[in-house]
Amino acid sequence: MTIAWTSFTPWAALAGGALIGFAAALLILFNGRIAGISGIVGGLLRPARGDAGWRLAFVLGLLAAPLAWLAIGTAPRLHVEAGWPTLIVAGLLVGIGTRYGSGCTSGHGVCGLSRGSLRSLAATATFMAAGFATVFVVRHLLGR
Amino acid sequence: MRSALAFLAGLVFGLGLLLSGMADPAKVLGFLDLAGAWDPSLAFVMAGAIGVGAIAFALARRRRASLLGDPIQSPTRSRIDRRLVAGSLLFGVGWGLAGFCPGPALVALGLGNAKAIVFVLAMLAGMALFELSQARPAPEVAARPD
Repeated sequence: MTIAWTSFTPWAALAGGALIGFAAALLILFNGRIAGISGIVGGLLRPARGDAGWRLAFVLGLLAAPLAWLAIGTAPRLHVEAGWPTLIVAGLLVGIGTRYGSGCTSGHGVCGLSRGSLRSLAATATFMAAGFATVFVVRHLLGR
Repeated sequence: MRSALAFLAGLVFGLGLLLSGMADPAKVLGFLDLAGAWDPSLAFVMAGAIGVGAIAFALARRRRASLLGDPIQSPTRSRIDRRLVAGSLLFGVGWGLAGFCPGPALVALGLGNAKAIVFVLAMLAGMALFELSQARPAPEVAARPD
């Protein structure tokens, strides 16, 4: 293993992570809800009465973040390597998988681990391992 | 007030993703590529988020109701079952293929990135397929840990 020192950004990562934790703190302490993006979005597809408002507001906040970012700084770097068919397959897998597994990087990874949930630890270990394995296959076995 | 707070939480969450670099799939794949030039940044994002989150959830655990008077809907399920593992496996494969998970994909969509738009549409289709596969309307708004 070699470390990519030129792209490694520990301080921005820690600070950004702290902001993410702070956002999760706001949502659990004020709204009493878990900041799990897949659950918040998925719950919009068949919302219970009176349950759609906060979900929609949260998603709008997420979508507005880049606009706020552009207002104070430069455009963030964003590079999507995957081609169109891969993106569609990946999106389907992420949609089905996060709902079937009851969470994603935010719900299980951030909130679940913050709560000390063993269930979320199992989920996080599983999707991380699957992510590592997938990238290994795509980049090093298939050689793209 | 509830919606305003939820909007603020979404906004701060998105800014955190942008600052941390996690809105960029190339950076995420740099973390997932252990055998290549490895970028450990994502581990630091998790550490920062969990450091702050752990305090918040410890505070939340000692409360009956949220600061706005709502019930604190903390997940109650603890069983590690086949659904959890199979779902997480599928999610991890999709994550590794594109470098997008749900939050960063929405932030990238907010930037008007065409590939993010396609990814999010496919993700919504996947979520809709899940809803259709559930025989009864899922009683999940209350108790799911996501």
